[in-house]
Amino acid sequence: MLSLLDLEAGTEGKLTALGGDRGFQRRLMEMGLLPGTRVRVIRRNRIGGVIELEVRCCRVALRECDASALRVARS
Amino acid sequence: MTDAIRSQPIPNAPSAPRRQRVVVIAGNPNTGKSTLFSGMTGTHVRIGNYPGITVERQRATLQLPDLTTAELVDSPGTYSLSARTRDEFIALEAIAGLPPLERPTVVLDVIDASQLTRNLYLTLQLIELDLPIVVALNMTDQAEANGRPVDAAKLEIALGVPVVPICARKNQGIDAVKSRLAAVLHDPARARPGWRWTPKDGPLLDDIAAIEPHVPEAWAGDSAPRRRALALWALLSLDDDDELKDVPQALRDAVRKRRALALGAGRDLDREVIEGRYHWIDSHEASFVKDHRVLKSITDRVDRVLLSPWIGFPFFLGLMAFLFESLFSWSEPLIGAIESTFTWIGDTLHGMLPSGLFADFVQDAVIGGVGAFMVFLPQILLLMLFLQVLEDSGYMARVAVIMDRLMRFLGLSGRAFVPMLSGYACAVPAILGTRNMERQRDRLLTIMVLPFMTCSARLPVYALLIATIWPSGDSPGTAGLLLVGMYLFGTVMALLAAWVLGRTLWRGVEVPLLIELPPYRLPHLKTIGRGLWSHVREFVTKAGSIILICSIAMWFLLHFPRSEHLSNMHEAELTAAQAQLDQPALEDSKRAELETSVATWLAARQAAESHNSVAGRLGRLIEPVIEPLGFDWRIGIGVIGAFAAREVFVSTMGVVYGTGADVDEETPALRERLADARWPDGRKVFTPLACLSLLVFFALACQCMSTLATVKRETRSWNLTVFMFVYMTAAAWIASFTIFQGGKLLGFE
Repeated sequence: MLSLLDLEAGTEGKLTALGGDRGFQRRLMEMGLLPGTRVRVIRRNRIGGVIELEVRCCRVALRECDASALRVARS
Repeated sequence: MTDAIRSQPIPNAPSAPRRQRVVVIAGNPNTGKSTLFSGMTGTHVRIGNYPGITVERQRATLQLPDLTTAELVDSPGTYSLSARTRDEFIALEAIAGLPPLERPTVVLDVIDASQLTRNLYLTLQLIELDLPIVVALNMTDQAEANGRPVDAAKLEIALGVPVVPICARKNQGIDAVKSRLAAVLHDPARARPGWRWTPKDGPLLDDIAAIEPHVPEAWAGDSAPRRRALALWALLSLDDDDELKDVPQALRDAVRKRRALALGAGRDLDREVIEGRYHWIDSHEASFVKDHRVLKSITDRVDRVLLSPWIGFPFFLGLMAFLFESLFSWSEPLIGAIESTFTWIGDTLHGMLPSGLFADFVQDAVIGGVGAFMVFLPQILLLMLFLQVLEDSGYMARVAVIMDRLMRFLGLSGRAFVPMLSGYACAVPAILGTRNMERQRDRLLTIMVLPFMTCSARLPVYALLIATIWPSGDSPGTAGLLLVGMYLFGTVMALLAAWVLGRTLWRGVEVPLLIELPPYRLPHLKTIGRGLWSHVREFVTKAGSIILICSIAMWFLLHFPRSEHLSNMHEAELTAAQAQLDQPALEDSKRAELETSVATWLAARQAAESHNSVAGRLGRLIEPVIEPLGFDWRIGIGVIGAFAAREVFVSTMGVVYGTGADVDEETPALRERLADARWPDGRKVFTPLACLSLLVFFALACQCMSTLATVKRETRSWNLTVFMFVYMTAAAWIASFTIFQGGKLLGFE
């Protein structure tokens, strides 16, 4: 099982499982990041430690350390 | 649309016993709620591109096509109604209308057509609450351009509520929204279609049924679906570490019990519900979204540069430096114009009035004090314009991302930097803007350090002091750099304070960052213009009220008690000199000599008088405390006055240094008069070093009643309020002492 951080910038994947505490998971899901949702990695900023995703036509930014708990499958 | 403009609520006429009908605007952040609000009513509403800007409720009376009216009320942008923080709960209270807030007659749900599925999540929650709903499908042009146009008619069928395609920025579709609203207000039942997504038979229905009886009567009213929706809300929102205060214990207990049961059965309640709603959306999407092409947007191309690791941060710093530098250089001509206008008014009035105390009062207290303050209008407007453009363009959200690494190091999230940035305008709205932070600890920490950010009230003081260092205005570049330096200093001190406090008094673990990056948009000029105009009004009102009162009070404190002896000081010499000056045959060299003596005598008289006055005594009382910082008792007066509000310092200096100017000459600008001020032994008071020390003092000291009042209201704690005042002011004293004494030791003056 891959972590979200294993996806290179520009590639797509499908979320398979979320991670983190309850509040974080709920916020992810309410913004439309559910298991089964397709996500695309827009860019990684390794200096800032931030990863930017496209989900349901929206752009969201996450910290790499939080994103590492999200599992994906390549599509 | 002038016929529809009515910014003040109509007072309830005695002939109208019916309850005022209320339309609440709801929606995700950045969907154009504020633009639609001002488009429908023509009032001043700030639009923002980061969550939490609409903290204050905006209201206006809405004129409908059927000649009836309703009250239009704004609400904070939110992705969902579930809540852990107070701000999220405010959204629920405002939209669902939990007491004491009124229940909306209709909710106007603004959704972004280009981000449809996520926006519909909130719409489903609103429908579940059994509120009559009209959907304004905004940004239809954007959706079209993205290759995903939305079919409003099909969406209307799927949702079962009226859907009106609009383009709020172009003012398109506003009339259609109004007429659909009027129809629903007339017959609300037709916009209450009942739950779209319904839990299947099974444990979730049991959970809801078990919690329902504990939903307070005042919340649910007489609607069964609403009661169910609120039970579901509680199931998703409440847990042991939420920060909600107004939730009944019985409801909490019921939720805790059902959640424990669910956990035991291996169920993920949050996922069941959220997935249920999104499943409904995803399975209906194909019916109302026509195409699935995805085009590369401008946002992509811009972000590739602005969010890149090597350019993003330097670009942000450069942008800030440019903004603050241009505050100084661009506003200079306007400042000069305002300065000379007020001087002219003062001189003219003084010339028209019989010379004496009253004429001095009008010139110095009324015109001088207000004028000294009005001079800073151009700079403050420029600052507001910059911040507004950054907000509306969507750059602010990027700032949170860019600053996250640094803020994390300091124990905060990048999100905390956004309210700090609005702290450049004013700490009060910035403190309110921290409400959207996830955790109480992060909020408190941010609030505690926020007032170090250079707010616009410091700007007049900085500008005056910097101008005093270079009174002739011969090095605008260096002056601009010093101003940039002061902004940087305030920012660094805020971050430093966060670092220290976050490691001592407010320790805490990190919370995850999850932030939306809205598409870049050209700022809506009309809305920005309206916002600036309201700032101008606020500024002028302030000049005419608080500043005028303080200036008048200071003038009286400075001129009383009067002493016959001091008022007549050098009177004989002055009369003699005047008689000689009146001789037309007087030699030029002799005349110049006499004029200098007259000025010296007048200055000495004025110094003796203010020295003897109430304010002078107060200033002298604190002089031992501030003398090591390089301040004399006259600056002391200004510092005391500034504890009410910082900009009062400027008008106070205007009064302190205003009197005694020879009325036959043109009154020199305040900065020049300050530059000439001297200690009793003839040394200059406002040396560059003393100015620097004073600048640092103003950067750090907590001199703002409104900020302290806001901190008290938001933290509900006197201890924290007093703590903030004490630690900031102590830091100010220590820093100024170090600068002034250290500078003297190093041989600067």
